[in-house]
Amino acid sequence: MSPTEPGFWQPIASLERLQSRAETMAGIRRFFHRSGVMEVETPACSAAATTDPALDSLSSRYTGPGASDGREIYLHTSPEFAMKRLLAAGSGPIYQICKVFRDGELGRFHNPEFTLLEWYRPGYDIQQLMGEVEVLVQSLLPTPRSVERVSYQGLFQRFLGIDPHRASIETLRRQVVERGLLGSGNVDLPGRDGWLELLLTHCIEPQLADSGLCFVYDYPLSQASLARIRPGDPPLAERFELYLDGLELANGFQELADAAEQRHRFEQELERRQREGRTQPPLDERFLAALKAGLPDCSGVALGVDRLLMRITEANHINEVLAFPLEKA
Amino acid sequence: MASYSTNEFKGGLKIMLDGDPCSIIENEFVKPGKGQAFNRVKIRNLKTGRVIERTFKSGENVEAADVMEVELQYLYNDGEFWHFMDQESYEQFAADAKAVGDSFKWLKDGDVCTVMLWNGNPLTVDPPNFVILSITETDPGLKGDTSGGGGKPATLETGAVVRVPLFVQSGEAIKVDTRTGSYVSRAKEE
Repeated sequence: MSPTEPGFWQPIASLERLQSRAETMAGIRRFFHRSGVMEVETPACSAAATTDPALDSLSSRYTGPGASDGREIYLHTSPEFAMKRLLAAGSGPIYQICKVFRDGELGRFHNPEFTLLEWYRPGYDIQQLMGEVEVLVQSLLPTPRSVERVSYQGLFQRFLGIDPHRASIETLRRQVVERGLLGSGNVDLPGRDGWLELLLTHCIEPQLADSGLCFVYDYPLSQASLARIRPGDPPLAERFELYLDGLELANGFQELADAAEQRHRFEQELERRQREGRTQPPLDERFLAALKAGLPDCSGVALGVDRLLMRITEANHINEVLAFPLEKA
Repeated sequence: MASYSTNEFKGGLKIMLDGDPCSIIENEFVKPGKGQAFNRVKIRNLKTGRVIERTFKSGENVEAADVMEVELQYLYNDGEFWHFMDQESYEQFAADAKAVGDSFKWLKDGDVCTVMLWNGNPLTVDPPNFVILSITETDPGLKGDTSGGGGKPATLETGAVVRVPLFVQSGEAIKVDTRTGSYVSRAKEE
C-alpha cells in the first residue's frame, strides 16, 4: 500500500468498536477489583521462552549496559511463568491484561500480537474457575448466553461418535478422510493429537456456532500442557477450554505444581522440537525454581480479549477489533 | 519442481492438487491455541471448474502449477484444434475443444483472447469482452421500426445466435458482449 492510497494511515477498527474495547477493559478491571484479585504486570521480554511445540516465540535483542555484545530476549507468548513466580512468592489471587506475541499466527482469528487476560485463583479447582469465567464473560456480553459444560470425551462422542481417548490414529484418520478434509499427498500429522485437533477445529467447532458458552474439560493426557493430571482410567488432564459460539476463547488449568514433572515435560517438548527441526528456546529456570519452592494449589486461565470483542461487537475478522493489525502496524 | 509453502497461500495462487492445476479462492488459517496449525483452503480446479475445500498442515509445501494467463491472437480452426499465436514471439498454440468450451462461438480470426496455459498448453480460452461480428442471417425487420423493442434472432458469422433489434439487417456488423451473449450496438463505421 502506498502512502497516497486512501486508508493508508487510518485505523481498521471503527471508533464504536474501539469504544467497546475501552468499556470491556474497564469492565474486566472493575470485576477483578470487586473480587479482590490484584492486577499485576510482568515483563513482556524474557531471557527464557516457552517450549510448547504449538507455539513459536518472537525474539529481539538487547544491547547496552550489562550486555555490551547484546543478548537475545524472547517476547512472551503468555505471562504464565512470571505470574506463577508471583504466586509462589505469596501474591494471592492475581490477574494481568497484557499484549502477548506469537510468531506464525495470522488469520481471521489470529494476529501475532494480541491482548490476553490471564488470572490465577489459589484454592480453586477448574470447576470453580469455570464458574468465575462464566460470570465474567456473561457480565461483558451485551445479552446473557446459554451455558454448557461438556467433557472432551462427551464432545467427540456427541458430534463424531468416537472416543477421543481410545480411538486409534487409523480411526481418526478415517474420519478425516471420509470428510474429504485433507490435501493430496501423504499428510503427516505429529501423532494422535494432530488428528484430534483437526477433527475438533474442522468438524466440531463449526457445530458450536450458536451454542453460547461451551466449556470443554478433561483433556487427553497428551494435551495436558501445564495442567495437573488426575489419575484414573484413562488418566485425564485437568484442563478446560471455553468456546463462545464456536470460537476458542479461553484455556485454563488446574496448575501443575510439581517441579520435577514440569521439567520433564519441558524436556520432552524440547526433544519434539528438535525432531521437528525447530528452535530450542532456553528453559525458564526461574520458573522451575519457583515451582520447587512451592506453588500454591491453584487454577489459572488465559482469555483472548480480542476474540471476546469480536463476539461482543459481532465482528467477522479480528482486524475489525484492532486499531492497527499487523498489516497496518 | 517449484513449490509453495502454506505461508504463501493467497487468492489466485496456482497449485497442483490430485494431478490437476487449481487456483486458490480463499485461504483461512485455523489453529487451536495449544495445537497444530492448519490452512483451510477453498480451491477451484482449473480443468473442471469445480470448487472444493481442502485442508493442509501449516508449513507444508505444495507443488506449484505452471499456469499463466497470456494474450494470444486467434488464427483459425482446422476442424479439430483452434490455433492461437503470441503476437510478440509468433509462437503458436493449439487449443482443443475442451479448452475452448463455449468460447468457440465468439472466436473471430484476428481477435486477441485471454488464454490460460498449463505447462505451455491451453487450458481455457476467454474471448474479448466485446467482439464485432457480421450477421449472416436474420429475418428482415418491419419497415420503419427503429425502436429496437422486441427484437429477433440473428445468426452471426461464427454460428452464434443473438437477439438483435428489428432494424438490424443481414450483412451488418454488430458489437456483442461475450460475457452475457447480448447485442450492444451496431458496429461503428471506421
